[in-house]
Amino acid sequence: MIDFTLTDNDKKVLDSIRAEALVCRNYARHYDENEHEFPPDELPEAKDFPPMMSLFGGRTKDDTGLGVISMMVAGAQSWGDYSVRMRRGRGGLGNAALRAAGTPEQQQKWGGLTLAMAITEPGCGSDPSRVQMTAVLDPTTDEWVLNGEKIFVTTGCRAEGVIVWATLDRSAGRAGIKSFLVEKGAPGFIVAHKEKKLGIRADDTAAYVFKDCRIPRGNLLGGKEEIPKESSGGFAGVMKTFNMTRPAVAAIGLGISQAALDFTREQLQAAGVVFDYAPGAASQSALAQRFFELEALQEAAMLTVMRAAWLSDTAKPNNLESSICKAKGGAAVREITQGCIELLGPMGASREHLLEKWFRDVRITDIYEGTGQIQRLIIARQILDYGRTELK
Amino acid sequence: MISFGPTEEQEVARDAMREFAASAIRPIARRCDEDSQTPDAFLEQAWQLGLVATQIPEAYGGAGEARSPITNVLVLEELAHGDAGLALAAVSPALFAMPVVEFGTEAQKRELLPLFCGERFHAASLALVEPGPCFDPTALRTRAERKGDGFVLSGVKCCVPLADRASHFLVLARENGGDAVQAYVVPRDAAGLALAAPEKNLGLRALTTGTLTLERVEVPASARLGGDAGCDARRIVNLARTAQAAVLVGVSRAVMEYAIPYAKDREAFDEAIAKKQAIAFTLADMCIEVDAMRWLVWQAASRLENGIDATREAQLARSYCAKQAMKIADDGVQVLGGHGFIREHPVELWYRNARTLGVLDGAGLV
Repeated sequence: MIDFTLTDNDKKVLDSIRAEALVCRNYARHYDENEHEFPPDELPEAKDFPPMMSLFGGRTKDDTGLGVISMMVAGAQSWGDYSVRMRRGRGGLGNAALRAAGTPEQQQKWGGLTLAMAITEPGCGSDPSRVQMTAVLDPTTDEWVLNGEKIFVTTGCRAEGVIVWATLDRSAGRAGIKSFLVEKGAPGFIVAHKEKKLGIRADDTAAYVFKDCRIPRGNLLGGKEEIPKESSGGFAGVMKTFNMTRPAVAAIGLGISQAALDFTREQLQAAGVVFDYAPGAASQSALAQRFFELEALQEAAMLTVMRAAWLSDTAKPNNLESSICKAKGGAAVREITQGCIELLGPMGASREHLLEKWFRDVRITDIYEGTGQIQRLIIARQILDYGRTELK
Repeated sequence: MISFGPTEEQEVARDAMREFAASAIRPIARRCDEDSQTPDAFLEQAWQLGLVATQIPEAYGGAGEARSPITNVLVLEELAHGDAGLALAAVSPALFAMPVVEFGTEAQKRELLPLFCGERFHAASLALVEPGPCFDPTALRTRAERKGDGFVLSGVKCCVPLADRASHFLVLARENGGDAVQAYVVPRDAAGLALAAPEKNLGLRALTTGTLTLERVEVPASARLGGDAGCDARRIVNLARTAQAAVLVGVSRAVMEYAIPYAKDREAFDEAIAKKQAIAFTLADMCIEVDAMRWLVWQAASRLENGIDATREAQLARSYCAKQAMKIADDGVQVLGGHGFIREHPVELWYRNARTLGVLDGAGLV
């Protein structure tokens, strides 16, 4: 049955996450202004909060599905702060890739490590078929030799290993690209620096250099060394990874824009602006009207995220919907945070408050995990029934 | 529990409406628009779907199915995908009947509901919208003043669906000079009630609408919906806003589903225009927004179904859908280029309908 009410079990989870998120928020400004520092894995005031898994105990089939509630949890965490959020959970994007593309033995061997994922290079972002990093097999030692640079690696400093994309043969295009697992400490693997960014400054975003980096032959993810003639090779596995993570990325961005809306509403109300949803447009102030517009945008976007997750919960395909929610969420959070500053004026732009930080933090949402333009390309291909050669 | 899954019955109803819209609505939509007429034959055909009688309790002659705002928005999206004006015409008796089901006194239900349970279409309507700028459903200009045991109604109402055919009107008015809005059942032949010639509108021409002038219309106390307890006029407005938003989703989907094959077929510079990102991304945006709009409508409908106050959700859904539908219809015309401007294609009709629907502010229509 179509329903949008939260059960008591749902509320219990979200209330606890939000309370903890507020603790994280106390540290938000510090780690924003001190970019070289990393927030601790666990904040002293947060240690008494129940572990995430215990919050999910006692759930029944009458509670909201795990996928949907996870999206709401992700939003509730970033509502506190994007970068200073619970670090108890291990694992990064690379772990999702390992689960999607690794052999059972590889999953067994490396599943316990926190793994980052390195695709982007200084010269290639949205079109990963242009990967320049090379992998060459040295048959004398049964090792792969990696050479190249990777940037924007999320969790890159903290991670214990990384899934990295490299090409066996540049002339083979997408088919020549394979993913490899490189553990920290491999010879020739250098963590160059932590990136300096517009927002999410406390976040661990690294740049890597691989200089004649040697890894065992068995570290090729999935184990298939040949270059397929037709198929897209390593691409399929990675695309699967994104179908699982796109709604989450949108949800995280929308947690930040929700924080911006909540703050803006509080401030406007304190200044005497009345929010009444009943009257028509003729009886609304311009401020209230604009606020409602942003609020509708927030809810519409979050509902597309929940829809994509609900499809996954009910074992239905959600390729199209995960791109829809990523495109919608990415655009929505930009407009919402820009609009909130506009509504509050100089107060919104002041570093006395976190709104300006949320405005900066949230901007990445429409860029990473596929830009809004890439999502539109994916959506357009699906609704037009075009392949990637027909719609470039 | 958050769920986007309609029940099996709802899926059956939705599929049936989709079929009806494709076979009985879309083929006549253009002619009805050109004629500015709602054909009687169509109303009779749509009546057989049981859109109104199914949700009237058995005691009053109906089928007694649960009143479901969620089912209603699913149905409305499909019917409006055929044509918004005809969709609204088909369900317009519900504008009158459903508030009676929800708020009517026993005597009102006994007198009025059987009218909607017969074999033939029966029209009655809601008179909410008022002419002139700055219409606000919470600050009505129409007044109901107590006189003796009854009330005297004065004011002007417009955009009353099927006013030309209606046997009764449910007139919303401010009572005794206060802010509280109540509803009054006014028969068509009441003394002082004048009906002007059918309105000439930009869009929704397949739905005939009328303007009512109430000049000191006297009604008995029993005409007040719900008797002494009255009705929750805000809920009536919230239901109307949500339904209006559902119609806008249907119109938007119609535009998208027409523009996609057109863009694949139409060639420029040696290839289909759909292969240009400028067009492809426009279509992708339509797809994104149709989804986003629909979930906002479902969220509001779900609250109404659960009996929770939906003032906020209905307002957000209505305003969001009005804005996005206008953009989608506008983009639809642009994707078709010159053909978007020609009345051989339905897109110009949807462009006019989207604009007309979007400015009613939840008023009047459904």
